[in-house]
Amino acid sequence: MTETLALSERPAGAAGDEILRVEGLHTFIRTEGGVVRAVDDVSFTLRRGEILGVVGESGSGKSVTCRTLMGLMPSPPAWSIGDVRYAERPGRNLLEVSGAELQRLRGAHLSMIFQDPMSALNPVMRVGDQIEEAVAAHARLGGRERHRRAVALLDRVGIPAAERRMRGYPHEFSGGMRQRVLIAVAIASRPKVLFADEPTTALDVIIQDQILSLLLELQRDFGMSMVLVSHDLGVIAEMCDRIAVMYAGQIVELADATALLTAPRHPYTISLLRSLPDSERRSRYLPAIIGAPPQLIDIAPGCRFAPRCALAQTECQTWDTELIDVGDEHLVRCWRHDDARRPGAWPEQSFA
Amino acid sequence: MARYRFIGRRVLQLIPVLFGITVVTFFLLRLIPGDPALQILGQHYTKAGAVEVRHALGLDRPLWQQYVLFVQHLFQGNLGESITFKQSARSVITERLPPTLFLVAYAATVATVVSIPTGVVSALRRSGVFDQTARVTTLVGFAMPPFWLGIILILIFSIHLHVFPVNGYGNSFTAHLDHLFLPSLTIALGFSTILIRTLRSSTLAVLASDYVDTARVKGISRLAVLRKHVLRNAIVSVVVVFGINLAYLISGTVIVETVFGIPGVGSLLIDSVSTRDYPVVQGVTLVFAVLVVAINLLTDLVHASLDPRVVLE
Amino acid sequence: MSTTINPGALLLEHFETRSRRRRGRLSRNATLIVGCTLLGLVIVASLAAPLLTNYSPETLDPLRPLAPPLSSGHLLGTDEFGRDIFARILYGGRIDLLVAFGATGVTLVVGTAIGLVSGYFGGWVDAVIMRIVDLFFAFPFFVLVIAIVAMLGPSIFNMFIAIWLTSWISYARITRGHTVVAKGREYVLAAKALGYRHSRVMLRHILPNVVSFVLIFAMVDAVGNVLLGAALGFLGLGAKPPSPEWGAMISDGQNYILSSWWLSTLPGIAIVIVGVGFSLLGDGLADLLRADD
Repeated sequence: MTETLALSERPAGAAGDEILRVEGLHTFIRTEGGVVRAVDDVSFTLRRGEILGVVGESGSGKSVTCRTLMGLMPSPPAWSIGDVRYAERPGRNLLEVSGAELQRLRGAHLSMIFQDPMSALNPVMRVGDQIEEAVAAHARLGGRERHRRAVALLDRVGIPAAERRMRGYPHEFSGGMRQRVLIAVAIASRPKVLFADEPTTALDVIIQDQILSLLLELQRDFGMSMVLVSHDLGVIAEMCDRIAVMYAGQIVELADATALLTAPRHPYTISLLRSLPDSERRSRYLPAIIGAPPQLIDIAPGCRFAPRCALAQTECQTWDTELIDVGDEHLVRCWRHDDARRPGAWPEQSFA
Repeated sequence: MARYRFIGRRVLQLIPVLFGITVVTFFLLRLIPGDPALQILGQHYTKAGAVEVRHALGLDRPLWQQYVLFVQHLFQGNLGESITFKQSARSVITERLPPTLFLVAYAATVATVVSIPTGVVSALRRSGVFDQTARVTTLVGFAMPPFWLGIILILIFSIHLHVFPVNGYGNSFTAHLDHLFLPSLTIALGFSTILIRTLRSSTLAVLASDYVDTARVKGISRLAVLRKHVLRNAIVSVVVVFGINLAYLISGTVIVETVFGIPGVGSLLIDSVSTRDYPVVQGVTLVFAVLVVAINLLTDLVHASLDPRVVLE
Repeated sequence: MSTTINPGALLLEHFETRSRRRRGRLSRNATLIVGCTLLGLVIVASLAAPLLTNYSPETLDPLRPLAPPLSSGHLLGTDEFGRDIFARILYGGRIDLLVAFGATGVTLVVGTAIGLVSGYFGGWVDAVIMRIVDLFFAFPFFVLVIAIVAMLGPSIFNMFIAIWLTSWISYARITRGHTVVAKGREYVLAAKALGYRHSRVMLRHILPNVVSFVLIFAMVDAVGNVLLGAALGFLGLGAKPPSPEWGAMISDGQNYILSSWWLSTLPGIAIVIVGVGFSLLGDGLADLLRADD
């Protein structure tokens, strides 16, 4: 099953000590229909130089998590509670810092790239100006130096004839180039942590590879830690050291990448992996997970995946879920994690 | 280079429009039911007089000839003879043009100055007190007849408070600003309602877009985000709406000049209508149309300069 | 799966499910309700004028000219001829409402039809029609209307003609735009593939999807037409004295503005109420239709 997924070529244990620790993060959004629990009790740590993958369906809360950590969630109607610690700002909870402090952190410490490169760049501003703006945000520089650094950045992200292209507008670039520009903008002030929200989803496959390689290169050269969000397991598998699987606003499994991909313990993760096309397993159909994720308003207690889970039992609907440590820093939000490992425990028609 | 091509294209597109304007204006006069000579001479109607009038209006020739003559005259700058003023329509109109132009510019400026902050703040503090108040005000303002509003403003500010003169145009630049303030305000208030709504929704749309998030993430100040990213983009659609509604702005001068007694082409139009001075009516209509075309061109150019995507058609 | 959208059914369904939705949604429809109520009140009031007031809009009362509101039996006072203002406003409403519905209604139907044809058939028909539309747009609308009325002779009927001649272009443009978009959609291609007659495709398939946009614009246009009618009345180019048209009333009242403010002020308020009613109706409709996306 897992042979079809390429694994990252990076040496294991490359990560250092903790740079970001998130504990009990909740993000609520008030809507006309009620209060949405977009992010519900999310906790994880990110180590220096590590790439953490966050995978899940749309609406699982992966983007909102990143946006919350960057302080980008609109303040009414969204609000968050939790404890977020950043190594370079000891003793401060990032969720409670002042606006001025947040401005200092953004760009130079925490940065983010977004999914759709066309809409993520200001259409009426020259690309060069946008990069220079990022460069100048945290460094007092003269015009010439600023320009020089911007050109260097453009060049570094692989845009040919960088000097000339500085004067271009976003719509004059192709999708892949725009994403490179965005990356240049994001790393302009040498952040320590980069959130990449579906950076390759809007691009075609060949370009995807290029962008991912670029990200890996930069990450290695700058020693950045990265949180890579995607719904594409293939991308996650290629790039990440550790993986967090999110469902309905919660983390349901968190483990070292190899461990999660070879020996997943949560029914959702297992189903996800099984639903990937496998060229070696010639079956007539692709086992999809039936049903849809729950609405996050007025959500019932108990396991949120239970309605779609092949291993669900009555207790699942009342169990106050929590992440269980099953050893080697592998966390699972399922009390049947042992059964999940055994193919025999799964009802027959689950798999082809 | 592409910019110059764009401007050239735009100007070329004007030609059929201008041509069409001449056709419509020409046919205006032909709308008069019955015998225009009768209308014009009224009680003084005599057969001979009627023949004279018809000849003066060029009505005794075949239609196409009349049109050609009409266009020829236009190129010479001849708009006909004003029946009431006994001078060339063109000189009458040229005399009265400056106050109207001043009024239009003044009103456009006031409208812009009022609308931009209101629209933007409404969007930034969405559903707040300011926003709700603004929405109610624009709702009511949109339904207010400008002539009524003008009268009310005169009542309050000129008559009771003696802050502004009641009517007229004034003799110096500062006098113009003084006399034309209430009229400009009247036009501007109606125009602003549309601008504010548009600015509000376009700012909201911009605020929700990813590039604003990208800008925030750079760590620049909130003001810089607002200025260079939010405002800069929201303005673009406002310019478009501004252009579309400019025709209404200009139309507004007609009523407002009448209410405030301003000697511009708008009031000239109304005066000429009541005195049946058809050449002047025709001439003013033409002038207004050309004004609209000119301002539309200007708006297009401004739009193109603000939005680099426009130049590629 | 239904390939057409029936706005009537949509509206009905929406109102039925509304009761099942939470409080938040109700406020969105409040606009629609308030708008309808306002307009409804005005329509009923002006139609039922004889029931609401004993005075006739034309009876002169030389003994009580310029009476202030709430005096000597006149709810809103009298004008310089002693005519009851309340009665004049109620009866005048008939004229202004007639303009609102009559002018808007005709231009709506004609303009939409032209736009449908233009967008559907494309080619030179479309080119010609759109050139004409663009041409008319070059003229400041009001000026053109005045010019036409001037030529035809001031009267209410000529006012209608002038509006009909000039207002259809907006509807044509909107409809044409949406028709062109709809033309490329699957349900239209399907209908054409089935060999339906052009008229059927246009009327039963494209029109229902376009109609919502047109209706919303029609509300805005109605406000414009009311203001237009009143403006022409004000200028003496539409309704003629002693007609109690609101614009004409405001014009008459100008001379007495210092002593008797109510002559000009009250009819204006009536105009604003009608205008607000239409605006709210339009907003409510827009919200309603947006909510169904």
